[in-house]
Amino acid sequence: MVFNNTFIFGLLTGISLLISLILDKDKTFLGLKKGGKMFFNIFHPFLNILILISIVLFFIPDSVIVHYLGANSGWSGFGIAACIGSITLIPGFISYPLAATLLKQGATYSVIAVFITTLIMVGVVTMPLEIKYFGKKAAITRNILNLIAAVIIGIFVGWLM
Amino acid sequence: MKKYLKNYTWVILFVLFSVSSYLMGFKPGLSIYSNFTEFFIEMISFVPFLFIIIGLFDVWVPKEILEKHVGKESGVKGIFIVILLAMLQAGPLYGAFPVAYILSKKGASVRNIFIYLGAFSSMKLPMLGIEIGYLGIKFTVVRTLISLPLFILIGYLMEKIVGSDFKVEEVKA
Repeated sequence: MVFNNTFIFGLLTGISLLISLILDKDKTFLGLKKGGKMFFNIFHPFLNILILISIVLFFIPDSVIVHYLGANSGWSGFGIAACIGSITLIPGFISYPLAATLLKQGATYSVIAVFITTLIMVGVVTMPLEIKYFGKKAAITRNILNLIAAVIIGIFVGWLM
Repeated sequence: MKKYLKNYTWVILFVLFSVSSYLMGFKPGLSIYSNFTEFFIEMISFVPFLFIIIGLFDVWVPKEILEKHVGKESGVKGIFIVILLAMLQAGPLYGAFPVAYILSKKGASVRNIFIYLGAFSSMKLPMLGIEIGYLGIKFTVVRTLISLPLFILIGYLMEKIVGSDFKVEEVKA
């Protein structure tokens, strides 16, 4: 699994870099600099979340995750995933290692899809900021519609995976 | 330098914790550390590559040109462009609000602004890359394809609900 990723992403990166270098050297270096800077910016939040997951995973046994987010958790699994996803403010990027861990410990694809979708599309914590830009009505409506969409996505993902 | 250290406070504490766990033979500490190394190897095995690709995308695809083609009369083509535009961005959802303001100012339709937010949150290329790495290509494709029609629908619904004269406010930082 790990080396599969390295191979695929490495190959893609190599090809893109080569094409970019042939077309324009300066642009390529600028791109590398930009990418490097972005990576550097997420590096410490990423490490922090990996540390947090490592610790939490030690204390929470698999059976608990299976019980609350596994195949027999039904609507309550959806509910828990949606609540945590809507309230917490984990950047999308960083949520994936957590989602992958939950999956490995027995959570269903459905629940993971609800968790990820609410995490990225519904933001209770960022609501005040969203209201400033969009006004109360639009911000609240958007969040509610996205919450509904998350549940629909969860149901379909569960059905198709 | 001080800010740099502050960013890595938890990492430094964790290193100290792991080293002392090792020295004192503290089993739970070692077990947490082995969890961590597994996660770290997984991350470092593909995420840096992804950021090289993101950086290259950033310099090669001119977003400004795309922004001009998402107005009220843009139809299906406008939806397509706004989704493409969103896919090329990076960062958290609140980073999309200022872009939504710029789109609104440039005359983008209300529908397209909300489609932009939907696509931004769930179809950004950098994020899809990470999603594929962690959750597999099948999950990523299935989730994206189900999300796509839903947030286009949300765009239309939002336009109905807030009206087509809706404007995004400018917020000064």
